[in-house]
Amino acid sequence: MSESRPVQDWKTDFDVLDSQYIADPFSIWDELRGSCPIAHTDRRGSTWLPTTYEDVTKIAHDIERFSSTEISVIPFEGVVPEDPVLLYGVPPISADPPLHTWTRRLLLPWFSHKNVDAYEEMTRELCKSLIKSFIESGRADAAADYAQQIPVRVIAHILGVPSEMADTFTEWVRDVLEFADDPERRMKGIEGLIIFFIEELEKRQSNPGTDLLSVLLQSEVEGEVIDARIALGTAALVLIAGVDTTWSAIGSSLWHLATHPDDRKRMVQDKEVWPLAIEELLRAYSPVTMARVVTEDTEYEGCPMKKGDKVLMNFPAANRDPKVFENPDQVILDRAKNRHVAFGSGIHRCAGSNLARMELRVALEEWLSAIPDFSIEEGKELTWAGGQVRGPRQLPVIFK
Amino acid sequence: MRIKIDPDKCQGHARCYALAPELFSVDDYGYSSVIGDGEVPKELEEKAKLAIDNCPEFAISEVE
Ligand code: HEM
Ligand code: SF4
Repeated sequence: MSESRPVQDWKTDFDVLDSQYIADPFSIWDELRGSCPIAHTDRRGSTWLPTTYEDVTKIAHDIERFSSTEISVIPFEGVVPEDPVLLYGVPPISADPPLHTWTRRLLLPWFSHKNVDAYEEMTRELCKSLIKSFIESGRADAAADYAQQIPVRVIAHILGVPSEMADTFTEWVRDVLEFADDPERRMKGIEGLIIFFIEELEKRQSNPGTDLLSVLLQSEVEGEVIDARIALGTAALVLIAGVDTTWSAIGSSLWHLATHPDDRKRMVQDKEVWPLAIEELLRAYSPVTMARVVTEDTEYEGCPMKKGDKVLMNFPAANRDPKVFENPDQVILDRAKNRHVAFGSGIHRCAGSNLARMELRVALEEWLSAIPDFSIEEGKELTWAGGQVRGPRQLPVIFK
Repeated sequence: MRIKIDPDKCQGHARCYALAPELFSVDDYGYSSVIGDGEVPKELEEKAKLAIDNCPEFAISEVE
């Protein structure tokens, strides 16, 4: 584990893994926006933290000075092997153009509206069967028993890998993202994912199917079959990007509905509000922060950034910027002006955003139709994870 | 009212299509274009404004 010194000064020594930041990052961003909109720290390497919508979106578009080749919010402290099987990283997310451009195009059609519609039915059945398993008991852990169980199975289905391995996949993804500051756990997750996908890809070399893994392997770009290491990196990315993120969004939304009865009632009664409400929940509880690495010594808005510095793409803070969103800390289900960047901004816009939205909507629809009235169970532990992906990990609720 | 999309700005967030499928069509890669010449029927003007106000890339605008 890295430093856990409590933070005294958020402007010059912030720590995104500080318990205060995980519990309530919102008031910290507010304070920073008013005093030092781009904060800095030397914990885990020299790192900058923009907190305004303008800075976050400008940096996201400035791909010359801010590269995606290092996207981890928590830098990796283990030893990187000499001839890495992940030579190309996990494209497109860890790539700049030109590699980014064509690897992203390989992926996008899989998550088009049309394709996502085809996964809705299985997602709905999955949600129904999860609810059935706990509804009689009158209580549930809405994060662990529900939210966490959904995206991983949908992604497994799309990739064409066994959904019975869902718990193992979840474990690996949490090792990589949630426990990133523990080098051993992080390495365990990376190795687990790599070894698993190498085997799955080998099976498909000789016996290809129609799943995403098979199709990736056979993809041709400019007349040549792509390097298998690219297929490996992209496959691992889809699993890593598609699990924690969406589960956190579902969990945070259920937390909001458990603690805000008026919003809950409105969503139960008013179908019309849903398209805007889903976006509003994504805005207010944006789970994902990414990183960029500075490519050359540069001054950005008065900040002396050095080559190799990290910048945290604080999409969640951008979405709470009062200059862009009226009453940003209030959830307004029918907010009509909502240019939120929960799915990023610029060329790395989340490739899975259509899928994520569908999963969030269906998970909430099924929950609210079976359990329209629920609240937090007092006296039980409620925990949040933070860092790269923020969301509830234990969310005990009771209902009649 | 007439609207257009700047294809250099659109990144395929698909917010426009979700809010006003009558006015926009998206391709397999998620990128959006206006249907027809972008002329908005009176009864869809509210929806068109909603789409403009929700595009995170500021890619949709009204043609003066
Ligand atoms: C609510 C759930 C989700 C949120 C909030 C989210 C958020 C994000 C964000 C902010 C980025 C931009 C990263 C950057 O700028 O560096 C991103 C990229 C990406 N996401 Fe998601 N994501 C979600 C769900 C998913 C799902 C379900 C998938 C499934 C395939 C997915 C796949 C990807 C991929 C492949 C990229 C990389 C795109 C690129 O670099 O061109 N995400 N996501
Ligand atoms: S909302 Fe904007 S960026 Fe997204 S598809 Fe529509 S025009 Fe493109």
